[in-house]
Amino acid sequence: MNKKQKLTLARIIIAGVLLIVFNFVIDLPDRLAGALKPVLFLIPYFIVGYDILLKALKGIKNRQVFDENFLMAVATIGAFCLAIFYTGDYLEAIAVMLFYQIGELFQSVAVGRSRKNISALMDIRPDYAMIEKDGKLERVDPEEIEIGTIITVTSGEKIPIDGVIVEGHSSIDTKALTGESLPREIKTGDEVISGCINLSGVLKIKTTKEFYDSTASKILDLVENATSRKSKSENFITRFARVYTPAVCYSALALAVLPTIFTGDFAKWLYRALTFLVISCPCALVISIPLTFFAGIGGAGREGILIKGSNFLEALSKISCVILDKTGTLTKGVFEVAAVHPMSEDRQAELTDENNLLHLAAHVERYSNHPAAIALRKAYPNEADDCEIKNFQEFPGYGVQAVINGKEIHAGSSKFMDKIGAEWHKCYKTGTIIHIAINKIYAGHIVISDVIKNNSFEAVQELKSMKIKTVMLTGDSEETAHEAAEELKIENYFSGLLPSDKVSKAEEFLKDYKTAFVGDGINDAPVLSRADVGIAMGALGSDAAIEAADVVLMDDDPLKIPRAVKISRKCMKIVKQNIYFSIGVKLICLLLGASGLANMWLAVFADVGVMVLAVLNAIRALF
Amino acid sequence: MKKSYKIEVDCANCADKMEQAAQKTKGVKNAVVNFMTLKMTVEFEDGFDAHEVISEVRENCKRVESDCEIFI
Repeated sequence: MNKKQKLTLARIIIAGVLLIVFNFVIDLPDRLAGALKPVLFLIPYFIVGYDILLKALKGIKNRQVFDENFLMAVATIGAFCLAIFYTGDYLEAIAVMLFYQIGELFQSVAVGRSRKNISALMDIRPDYAMIEKDGKLERVDPEEIEIGTIITVTSGEKIPIDGVIVEGHSSIDTKALTGESLPREIKTGDEVISGCINLSGVLKIKTTKEFYDSTASKILDLVENATSRKSKSENFITRFARVYTPAVCYSALALAVLPTIFTGDFAKWLYRALTFLVISCPCALVISIPLTFFAGIGGAGREGILIKGSNFLEALSKISCVILDKTGTLTKGVFEVAAVHPMSEDRQAELTDENNLLHLAAHVERYSNHPAAIALRKAYPNEADDCEIKNFQEFPGYGVQAVINGKEIHAGSSKFMDKIGAEWHKCYKTGTIIHIAINKIYAGHIVISDVIKNNSFEAVQELKSMKIKTVMLTGDSEETAHEAAEELKIENYFSGLLPSDKVSKAEEFLKDYKTAFVGDGINDAPVLSRADVGIAMGALGSDAAIEAADVVLMDDDPLKIPRAVKISRKCMKIVKQNIYFSIGVKLICLLLGASGLANMWLAVFADVGVMVLAVLNAIRALF
Repeated sequence: MKKSYKIEVDCANCADKMEQAAQKTKGVKNAVVNFMTLKMTVEFEDGFDAHEVISEVRENCKRVESDCEIFI
């Protein structure tokens, strides 16, 4: 609690105690009571409510009459007057003010708490950077660091500015940025981004960006400004509150005056009108809706899903079709060994299993820089063993040959096999096929292709189970696209598309569906901005993608796509619950109040209670 | 030019009032108050001194919402 909140709490307690003392303990003689009682009760009333009264007066002075302060001031002053002239029950007027203040205090504390929680989640702002000066480490303001400065990051510290490692290796924790809990290994020459935590060694980093341009600053800026883009629900609430409060005030006035003309029982109808006013406070709505969005965006941010505005969160929840780019989104976008097919034993004189075939292939490609060779060496990580490799020769366009442990190995295309007279086989898989022959006898082949990400299948299935249509677009050939679609069980796919074709394809779907487009942000910026919701993937460090997209997935896990939709749906559900619940309860209580079934006690409980529940419900969006 | 200021305000409705007051101030092109992050982003019109304008904004906000504060 801050100072102001503590003061309010103290006022509430003092007023509460005074109220009890005056009401139950002090027993005034009858002839004094009439004059003294109002004066006595005014003390706790002013203690607890002076700021409300002042604000109401200010509102009137500034011609902004109708707000909750005005409502409360009129209601309690009215109740006080009723007590003086008719009922003598001062307790009610003060209790209403007291409970209203308790509610306000709770709201203020709850909002402050969740604000703190959410900021803590996104606690990636580095406070300082360390540079070495005369052999000593010195802490400086990161904003003062110029591009190209060497900064030092010791273990347990946040990397303050984006840069390249010039010395040291370590593992870094990217959890705050990506939601990924496994640490990432880094070494000299690797690029690192700010906001990650250095876990073990000491790193020397040459900065490549200025502080305000660094990833951490950009992300914070994005998250903090996200709630400035207001959603339809929020705009609805603002408009609603602007119409609602004056409407309620006039209704209350009518309720006090009109029946009195006919029945003459002014005190009774005034009491009902005042009850009506107390119930009508719109705070539950006004506070809980933006709080829900804020919590939702904060909760998504914790999982590495950055949503650029409440409006996009709302749009995301309504998505009925997701268009996925293939390369880089569903697949890893790099070549990898997809399959190893050794020949069956009867045809090959020597026994060759998968591992052995890969082993030989990696060896024969040892000195080649072809992408396929790199993929092969990556697939067989212990390539540098004590095998003897001699007579390496490269035939561009065909393949490579070498003598390994005395055996002549050929690896390359089908043309290469034809050339040496080995009888090769076609493969049912698509991709780049590397055939291998041992002593000019065919030994099998290895398929290298762009590999589908581990979670792609699951992500697509999950989207389907959420009744979302999935479509795959790719610039690749029909065969490759077909195979990927088959594997992922995506019925709708379109192949051989140029970037401009992707836009027109996306537009076809935009006509009938609320469509989200997911891409890696590299050359699909036009589609990203054209779709209802553009989702950029694996965008950590890519400014263009962060710029173009509405939702940014920090790492490249496709499961984050259904997760983002789920978070948004949950958030919107809470928003709707809060809208219906608050307005519903208010309307019922208003009717009860107008018909005299509810007294002021119930009114203030309805007001504060609804608000407390709505705020608690809103905080649920964080988890 | 755009500048962001930290603010202090108690309720969402009051933040809305501050936003309106800031927008009406001379020299302010646009102002957005973010209640959740307690920040006010002010876009100034060309040819105005940011510091003078924001002082004016602060006064106007104080007039409509006595409890608020803008940290300049």
